[in-house]
Amino acid sequence: MNITEKILARASGKSKVSPGDVVFVNVDKVMIHDVSGPGVIAVFEKLKKKGMKIEKLWNPDKVWVAEDHFVPAADKISAQNIVSLTNFTKQFGIKKHFKYGMGQYGICHTLSHEEAMVLPGEVYVGGDSHTNTTGALGAFAAGLGHTDVAYVLLNGKIWFKVPETLLFKLNGKLPDHIMAKDLILKIIGDIGNDGAAYKTMEFGGTGISEMSVEGRLTLTNMTTEAGAKSGIVEPDQKLRDYLAARGATKYDEVHGDADAQYEKIYEYEGSEIEPTVAKPFSPENISVARDLSSIELDKAYIGSCTGAKLEDLQAAAKILKGRTVKIRTEVLPAAISIFRKAMDEGLLKIFLDAGVVVGPPTCGACCGAHMGVLAKDEICISTTNRNFPGRMGHVESQTYLASPLVAAASAITGKITDPRDLK
Amino acid sequence: MKGSVIKYERDNIDTDVILPGPYLKIHDYAELATHAMEGLDKDFHKRVKPGDFIVAGKNFGCGSSREHAPIALSYSGIKAVLALSFARIFYRNAVDGAFLLPIEIDESAYKDISDTDSLEVDVSKNEIKNLTKNKIYKMKPFPELIGKIIEAGGLFNYKP
Repeated sequence: MNITEKILARASGKSKVSPGDVVFVNVDKVMIHDVSGPGVIAVFEKLKKKGMKIEKLWNPDKVWVAEDHFVPAADKISAQNIVSLTNFTKQFGIKKHFKYGMGQYGICHTLSHEEAMVLPGEVYVGGDSHTNTTGALGAFAAGLGHTDVAYVLLNGKIWFKVPETLLFKLNGKLPDHIMAKDLILKIIGDIGNDGAAYKTMEFGGTGISEMSVEGRLTLTNMTTEAGAKSGIVEPDQKLRDYLAARGATKYDEVHGDADAQYEKIYEYEGSEIEPTVAKPFSPENISVARDLSSIELDKAYIGSCTGAKLEDLQAAAKILKGRTVKIRTEVLPAAISIFRKAMDEGLLKIFLDAGVVVGPPTCGACCGAHMGVLAKDEICISTTNRNFPGRMGHVESQTYLASPLVAAASAITGKITDPRDLK
Repeated sequence: MKGSVIKYERDNIDTDVILPGPYLKIHDYAELATHAMEGLDKDFHKRVKPGDFIVAGKNFGCGSSREHAPIALSYSGIKAVLALSFARIFYRNAVDGAFLLPIEIDESAYKDISDTDSLEVDVSKNEIKNLTKNKIYKMKPFPELIGKIIEAGGLFNYKP
């Protein structure tokens, strides 16, 4: 069995599972945020009206809560949702609630690794499609809707069809001007928006061994955009060191067997990856950045769980240092811990000196919710994950998805720019 | 189930157009319905009638995990979406929350069914009758567990 099959077998109490088997798995961790939390509360209310008694959760210590989509509270309704979420965590005795304005908080998928909320070998579900991100920690991580999360909160388990696995092997290191974002955009361009539908995307090979944990998190994050159920990377010493630095040393790693089966194996040469951009209106609609150098931009957005981790900010700062932006540019670190490190490393000064505005961690404009959404016909280059119509604002705005290096280089020129072409 | 067709001849109809991001803060199901399909078809909520079907291409409901998407369609009156394929979270939200039926159809049925056609869907026979064109198409049968959850009326009523 491969790593995903072994995790699902263990969690369902079976010695072996195969792709296509439907299993009820025991869940180790579950996450809700300020959109899926109130969604779950609405499901609970519906169940109570039908006569179900809901007095306690299956295990409040396995549940954690993030405030990310509409913080700072965008308006009265979102403020009320955050109050409802707070009341919910109090009522059910959930201790891990990362609150906006009270120390560490941030985007849920960023907290999952920054705070080591999920550990290797675990089954993790979250009320958000980008829950896949956390698979880079060697866990099975998948997104669910409100009804399913409500079911997990009460029963501690959920059904999954054991997915087929696609293995993506990266041979050799990515060059300095290339980031994991370029690779995953290239992969999505190759296999399409539903190229991994219902499947797992596993990443391996020498290039992945060389890649930082944060880079791997960018890969697994965007497996969602290829329709995948989950993305995963096998644990290694880099991951152990990363988790140890965050206080997590005890966990039960799972590794694939030597004869692990994959539906298909794809190979990529690190040296051949180009700075890649996804054009409107779909992540699969890719081009190399150099072919888009005539596209004039209104804005650059460096934020989200995909593109505002510490390394993403370091990459942007490398480009922005000593230069001035030509278009409106925003940097929103994905968590307070990252914000602090960016401050300590002097990155915030580089951003401010370049004319960039630095904002608080939030999903914000990535999902068109608030804080910097786009007007009709505005064109944005963004380190986020989706560019469907209306994703970041007006349905006739346009978003180009890119790496932090490309986004920062484009911010300097006002046009889509390969970082190598910056003077 | 009988109803008429609202057809969108396109693939990858994502949850950002089915229920746009700014409305994620809303959890009143009837209010969500007034914004259904707003990112793609501003007239949808005026046009849709109880019992209607949406017909669409592949990867329907891709993107975000928002259960708002099947909720908004369901509370607009949509009883089933007939598509070439579905994104996984939309599919399980539709079934586990008992909001609507995600029915997979083949390319020939997709091409043949027109906007405003009247259909009759019989899940027990895996059959779709086009009453306007007097034709019968096969739907892909639901996998065993999915069929049982649908029969139970959603995941919370299903006893494993």
